[in-house]
Amino acid sequence: MATQAHTEHPGGKPQFPPFNKETFASQLIWLAVFFIALYVIIARLAIPRIGGIVEARRDRVEGDLAEANNLKEQSSAAMAAYEKSLADARGRAQALANETREKLNAEADKARRSLEAELNAKLAQAEQTIAGTKTAAMANVRSIAVDTASAIVERLTGAAPAASAVEGAVADALKR
Amino acid sequence: MADPIHQFEIHNIVSLGSIGGHDIAFTNSALYMAIVVVGIAALLVGASSSRALVPGRMQSIAELSYEFVADTIQSTAGKEGMKFFPFVFTIFMFVLFANVIGIIPYTFTVTSHIIITAALALLVFLTVIVYGIYKNGLRFFGLFVPHGIPIYILPLIVFIEVLSFLSRPISHSVRLFANMLAGHITLKVFASFITLLGGFGIAGMAGATLPLALVVALFALELLVAFLQAYVFAILTCIYLNDAIHPGH
Repeated sequence: MATQAHTEHPGGKPQFPPFNKETFASQLIWLAVFFIALYVIIARLAIPRIGGIVEARRDRVEGDLAEANNLKEQSSAAMAAYEKSLADARGRAQALANETREKLNAEADKARRSLEAELNAKLAQAEQTIAGTKTAAMANVRSIAVDTASAIVERLTGAAPAASAVEGAVADALKR
Repeated sequence: MADPIHQFEIHNIVSLGSIGGHDIAFTNSALYMAIVVVGIAALLVGASSSRALVPGRMQSIAELSYEFVADTIQSTAGKEGMKFFPFVFTIFMFVLFANVIGIIPYTFTVTSHIIITAALALLVFLTVIVYGIYKNGLRFFGLFVPHGIPIYILPLIVFIEVLSFLSRPISHSVRLFANMLAGHITLKVFASFITLLGGFGIAGMAGATLPLALVVALFALELLVAFLQAYVFAILTCIYLNDAIHPGH
């Protein structure tokens, strides 16, 4: 293949184009020109621009992530604060309820006690009155019994018995 | 049968006279170099002109190639290798565009000429030597003296190391040149079978479908080779530059 004829060569000798030295100078010069031009374009324009885009994107993504983290922390802090205040309020409500209950209990106790004392006093007074009345009644009963006994004896016997004897008999009878 | 070598011929478009007995002319090769440069500039500079935060298709490709080359340099030559980012990026884009544009039928492949690939490889070679000595002084030559080698075989090892270092520009340039040349010749040969068989009536036309299918498959392969060789050329450049930056073995 490599030795195939190629008609354009002026020397008439068939030559494989990549090894044709006559074209080397031109190729090298244009390679130098275009390679340097490309190098300048890439180093001065393309790399700063694409590098800038890539960096800006990375910064933006990192910034957004940081902001998202920040917001997340804020929201969890707000959540914690909310839960704390809820717990506080619950605690306060419980304390208030306890306090109120104890106060009401104490008041009720006091009222009951004073009422009991009053009733006890009235009861004692009533018992005293009963006892007095009973003593008086008992005294009346004795005198009535003595009178009745002496009247009965007088009617039966016709003679009035000695008062002391009747009293002693009545006392004996009452003791039975 | 069409001449498969014809596609590599260089002819003058405008003759510009001669310097020291060499003809200087604006040739089809120069024209395609210009097309390559304009194409790269359109992709890298034109497509990124909107500086969009969410890139469009072309800006995506531009950013992708930028980050691809940047990652390649950093993984082979480290952070300090980024000094050569414009250089490697230029080489990669130039070779890639020359290879890919060359696949289009009726075009000229700039990188199918040994003088171009050799010039690029020598540019890398000389950059490595100049920067290596500038940066590391005589320690650069420690590159040829691996550590932990017994003293009695050291001269042999150093000789081999020097030889392999000197042969780098040859393998570097011939690899790209030969791939482009062979691929294009193969494509042309199989493509000419199609027309050859097509001349033999109905049976020939039916038979011509086989080379046609082969040409389609080869086209895909050549596209892969065009990318791959540009990548290989760029990554070898990075590896050689790494020797200049960190000459210790």
